[in-house]
Amino acid sequence: MPGSEELSRVTSTLRDGEPMVSAHGLVKRFGDFVAVDDIDFEIARGESYGLLGPNGAGKTSTMRMIACMSPVSEGTLRVLGMDPATDGARIRSRIGHVPQEDTLDLELTVLDNLMIYGRYFDLPRRVIRQRAEALLEFSQLADRAHDKVEPLSGGMKRRLTIARALVSEPELLILDEPTTGLDPQARHLLWDRLYRLKLQGVTLVITTHYMDEAEQLCDRLAVMDRGKVAAEDSPAALIARYSTREVVELRFSPTENEAMAAKLDGLVGRLEILPDRLLLYTDDGDGTLAEVHSLGCHPDSSLVRRSTLEDVFLRLTGRSLVE
Amino acid sequence: MSGSTALPQNGSAALPLRITPALFLSGRRARKVVERNILVYRRGWVFFVSGFFEPFFYLLSIGVGLNKLVGHLPLGGHTVAYTAYVAPGLLASSAMNGAVFDSTFNIFFKLRIAKTYDAMLSTPLAPTDIALGELAWALMRGSIYSAAFLGAMAGFGYVLTPWAILCFPAAVLTTFAFAGVGMAATSYMRSWQDFDKVSLAIIPLFLFSATFYPLSVYPAWLQVVVRCTPLYQGVAMIRGLDAGLFSWSILGHAVYLGIMGVVGLGVTARRLATLLLP
Amino acid sequence: MTVPAATRAPVPDPGPQRTRRRMATPPWARALGYWLYQYKRTWRGSITTSFLYPVLYLSAIGVGLGSLVNHHAHTVDGVKYIDFLAPGLMAATAMQIGGNEAMYPVMGAIKWMRTYFAMLATPLGVVDVLIGHLAWIALRLTAVSAIYLAIMALFGTVHSPFALLAIPAGVLTGMAFAAPIAAFAATQMNDAGFSALYRFGLIPLFLFSGTFFPVTQLAGWLQIVAEATPLYHGVALCRALTLGHLDAGPDVAHGTYLVALTVLGFALARRSFRRRLVT
Repeated sequence: MPGSEELSRVTSTLRDGEPMVSAHGLVKRFGDFVAVDDIDFEIARGESYGLLGPNGAGKTSTMRMIACMSPVSEGTLRVLGMDPATDGARIRSRIGHVPQEDTLDLELTVLDNLMIYGRYFDLPRRVIRQRAEALLEFSQLADRAHDKVEPLSGGMKRRLTIARALVSEPELLILDEPTTGLDPQARHLLWDRLYRLKLQGVTLVITTHYMDEAEQLCDRLAVMDRGKVAAEDSPAALIARYSTREVVELRFSPTENEAMAAKLDGLVGRLEILPDRLLLYTDDGDGTLAEVHSLGCHPDSSLVRRSTLEDVFLRLTGRSLVE
Repeated sequence: MSGSTALPQNGSAALPLRITPALFLSGRRARKVVERNILVYRRGWVFFVSGFFEPFFYLLSIGVGLNKLVGHLPLGGHTVAYTAYVAPGLLASSAMNGAVFDSTFNIFFKLRIAKTYDAMLSTPLAPTDIALGELAWALMRGSIYSAAFLGAMAGFGYVLTPWAILCFPAAVLTTFAFAGVGMAATSYMRSWQDFDKVSLAIIPLFLFSATFYPLSVYPAWLQVVVRCTPLYQGVAMIRGLDAGLFSWSILGHAVYLGIMGVVGLGVTARRLATLLLP
Repeated sequence: MTVPAATRAPVPDPGPQRTRRRMATPPWARALGYWLYQYKRTWRGSITTSFLYPVLYLSAIGVGLGSLVNHHAHTVDGVKYIDFLAPGLMAATAMQIGGNEAMYPVMGAIKWMRTYFAMLATPLGVVDVLIGHLAWIALRLTAVSAIYLAIMALFGTVHSPFALLAIPAGVLTGMAFAAPIAAFAATQMNDAGFSALYRFGLIPLFLFSGTFFPVTQLAGWLQIVAEATPLYHGVALCRALTLGHLDAGPDVAHGTYLVALTVLGFALARRSFRRRLVT
């Protein structure tokens, strides 16, 4: 049975240098709808890899295929050196999956949720109990071990879902929007926990539509849009390639945007008109802002900031990341 | 929480005073609660219509099956066919079951799971409006089902006298009593597990309230116990009216059920206020 | 990626337990484990009602209404009314439990709690999830049928040592409903279909399949319909076993019918579970 494999056998499926996950020409169709449209990527052991994109970009479909919970429509996918179509159960025994929506049993206690999940992997109760203790500590839920799950806060439930995915000590952890819907404090706590896992050598695959999350957690990112990978690299390299060093944000009254944009035409290499502001891409923000003023434009407010992944996404797709 | 913010300050002592007159005054706002239910229910009309078949199946089963096995039973100095004897009992218990289902399951869902009432109370609606609205809704549904049941009874020829028409208001009164108490009980429930207790209360009532045979089958002490239980009031009242056997005891049954419904309603309104506007 | 194999493990403590071989629990039994965990929470109420309802029904209908039947018709199919009724109620209870457990819990595990999806993120597969759930229903049915038989014995309605076989007969009756209903439940988007199934399926069966009166009292064609229903066969089998009125031909036919329906239901459930859970 997959769950009770010896450690020696656990590592044998992956040849030296073979990536943890590799996808070539990967396609996922639901009827006529193409959710994932011919994408390629490779994820190395110990890497933290992100899929960044808006809702409906195909991130979750990709994740569910990696988690061996959704059959591949076309192309090849290998996870831990195995084919999900034939070795799904063996692969799943070595990965942890944190789905977008929690699948906790709300009427069982926190501890029982971990116990029963560990049993699915056929781990001995004694082992699960030891690990559960450590995991509850890790996810700061130790004092809630015997409480029912239902009344817990969203952040606590999310941490429990992650703790549950770790009970089998997976080599690969798949997290689908781990912090969506959480307050900033809960998000930072989760990021900290995920960073610790990364330091322990766990390979992470994360989807998110938060650029700060992607920058914080991911070594490498695939920017996804409408089922395709628009670009792939480290966050810093993506910004360097697809944006300028700094951005000047100008807010005028909404009716003036177009007129002001015309007036500022030619000032910088790239200018974006958003519904509520203008973005000027430049390597010298303060200099550009001074020129804006000297041209007789006086915005209601202005801001000079560094480029982010949001700017990369806007450049690649012409749309904002979070609508 | 405009409009209803005054409630907590008034405290629970002031509530009963609000409830009694409110029975007549707040009908217009309570109607909004009914309107919402109709809106939701329009999509579930198949479920609603399918409810008519259940009493039909019961009457048919007893007609072709048990009638032959049990024969005739004495009722008010005459003997009547078993079908005619048992039909009023089934009408009363279907009024009880429908009322209890509407007032427990549905209301628990809205109160604890869907949080429908929290949304309603952020509008000018007050807890009393909700209690009245839900009760009116249960009564509407109960009335339609009772009328259909009575129609089926008449169609099968199980009705004894023209007075049977009075069984209709009697069934509605039975619905009122159980819906009121059911709602009050629901406001104390915490989880779906508590519904086992509802069944635990309903099933003995259904089986032992002289629904299926005369009280004389029981030993004397059990007869006294049954005479005090709520469904027995409905069964005895409806069976008496069907047979045209008028007596003061019918009035007694009616008063029992009326008080039960009003008390249930009062408790519900008070509980909703403490639960939703703490 | 040329990390030495020894440091590859994510948490570098394999622990002694991972190297010790032990008998693996079959995956479906791990899924069954979930339902056992669930039951820890509700078993008290469940066991109480399993004892209480047979007592209530047998005293109200069997003893109470039975006294009128004994007075008028004397016997039903040659036996006292309560002896006739009790095995019928036992089978009808099995139907109800089997049906119930395959409706809302299946839908809940797909839609509300998403338990099946939690299982499918682990080494368990769709068929394991299905067998685990059906095995749980079979366990429940075993307990309920055994309790029912014990209560029947207290009411003096057990007349043959073959009555012990009424326990598996009850389980089989329940499973003949549970398996196809689980198949149906996995195709449903909301619980409206369950009310319809109750009102046009389980309730008419309860009333007309020979539980309360012999189906021979039904008009000709209605009798044929009643005899085609699964509950009729469950009732007839349980009744033959508790009364000791055995007749190999028909009894084997009843059992075969119920087994066939269970197997068919399982095949359909496997298909509808796959369609719903693997997308």
